[in-house]
Amino acid sequence: MSNGTDENPQAPGHSLWPIGFAIGIACVLVGIVVSWPAAVLGAVLTIVFGLLWIRDTARSHAPVDSAPAHELVGDTPSPARVVAEEHHLETHGRAGFLTLASIGLGGVIGAAVTLPSLGFAVLPSFTGEGVETNDVDLGPISNFPEGTFVITTFTGNKHQGQVSERTAYIRNNGLSAAKEPSFTIIYSRCVHLGCPVQPNGPKFEDQTKKYKDVTLTPVQPAGFGCPCHGGAYDTEGNRTAGPPVRSLDRYAFSIIDGNLVLGKHFSVGTVEGAGADAKISRYRQAYPGVHVDGIERWLYPLPVPGS
Amino acid sequence: MAKSARQAQIEKAALYPLEWVEERTGLVGGMKFFLFRNVPGDINWMQTLGAATLTAFLVQAVTGVVLAMYYKPDPNSAYESIQYISNDVTLGWLVRGMHKWGASLFIILMFLHMARTFLFGAYKYPRELNWIVGVLLLVTGMAEGFTGYLLPWDQTAYWATVVGININATAPIAGPFIAQFLQGGAQIGPDTLAKFYSLHMLVIPGGIMAMIVLHMFLVIRLGVTSPPWSKTAAGRPRDEAQPTGYSDYREGLIREHEGEES
Repeated sequence: MSNGTDENPQAPGHSLWPIGFAIGIACVLVGIVVSWPAAVLGAVLTIVFGLLWIRDTARSHAPVDSAPAHELVGDTPSPARVVAEEHHLETHGRAGFLTLASIGLGGVIGAAVTLPSLGFAVLPSFTGEGVETNDVDLGPISNFPEGTFVITTFTGNKHQGQVSERTAYIRNNGLSAAKEPSFTIIYSRCVHLGCPVQPNGPKFEDQTKKYKDVTLTPVQPAGFGCPCHGGAYDTEGNRTAGPPVRSLDRYAFSIIDGNLVLGKHFSVGTVEGAGADAKISRYRQAYPGVHVDGIERWLYPLPVPGS
Repeated sequence: MAKSARQAQIEKAALYPLEWVEERTGLVGGMKFFLFRNVPGDINWMQTLGAATLTAFLVQAVTGVVLAMYYKPDPNSAYESIQYISNDVTLGWLVRGMHKWGASLFIILMFLHMARTFLFGAYKYPRELNWIVGVLLLVTGMAEGFTGYLLPWDQTAYWATVVGININATAPIAGPFIAQFLQGGAQIGPDTLAKFYSLHMLVIPGGIMAMIVLHMFLVIRLGVTSPPWSKTAAGRPRDEAQPTGYSDYREGLIREHEGEES
């Protein structure tokens, strides 16, 4: 790849190996996050292209017979070139070796310090560290009257405290056709950009109940609306107006000793039907504003950590 | 009028410290080179906007450093510490006010400076790279605005940041990576505030300072442009891009074709 036809040894030959080397490094970094085989592939690429690059550099720095260059230029080579060549020849001994060694060692030391720090700064965000998907006990199901939405405010993670306070709109649908209890549990964050959607309808604050740190207030919404950019949803969380690209997120649930327990947070494409008979197209948790169905979802291949 | 020997002696004594420093560091000459540069005679008041922007940044840096002495980047105490700064610390209201309003001023001045550069054609050859550095400064300046906005940790701060992070998350492929990096997880949590604080007061300002140095270096190296209506500059050959050594350093780097044609 080195520019062998270049008669001037001072001019660095254009080499494509550094690009391959860089791609290898990128593969390693992405691979560490995404998959180990990709990281191994990246490492192999890095080593192969690195070696090729070194071989190339060594070749282009080898003492070149520079006589033809003089012949090409003519009888009187330009003074600058003569100086440059003398300088060039001079650097290929002890001085050249020491220069390269200093740069190389400096690079190695720099990388040894920088890469772990960079990894420490960036990687934990991608591994789902610290994302606890603990189940939340919302209290006895008798607190959720059939057919009524209840604004349920709870602490998502006890260790994080108030910053993990979440709200869900929960409706007891009674028994499904299969004689199983059914709840509609809608997460309050708008799937446009994450603002808190509000129930459009009267709240019955005099009927508010408490269970540990869970607050339950019945409400009679005609739908849900977002105060930030005007997203509107029906009572199943399907979009009726505004910028959202999918239906409101939901929670899975289980019933343990007569208590309603929140499970996994998941995203919803659309909901057909209503209440206990609703057909929900369920997807793994996605960021607001992100498509979960259609071809647009291929733009977002990475799962939310902890989902 | 000739100076008396006594006057000369006093002058020498007064200048002695300066000479002492100059002899050992060359700083006095350096400052002269930095500050007492030749500029076109028909320079315009609009061309002070860059210096105004720099001043606004320095105000942000100084007030920010002082605010950091009282601010606590922890979800349980951030809001209270801000209230404490505003209501209890002597002159805290003033310093916080300077930082808050100065932030808007900094952004506005950057845009005005950019508009001046654009309308004067000062982004053209040979100053293209300085325009690019300036655009990067604008972007990092706005990143300062974004990260600083969360720090008061009130409802406005929280929801504005939720929306801002989720806008980042909608970028194809890289979006969720960016959002996860910014908030340190799937949602805004206890780590988010500390991370934004670190970005706001260490990482981004470091980058801004480095780029300001580069920006000023290029201004000093390339000089200041005349306004487009300048009569003195009209018709003058473009010589800014030929600083000393220009023709020398390219010698030997580019292939010379003489002799090998035909």
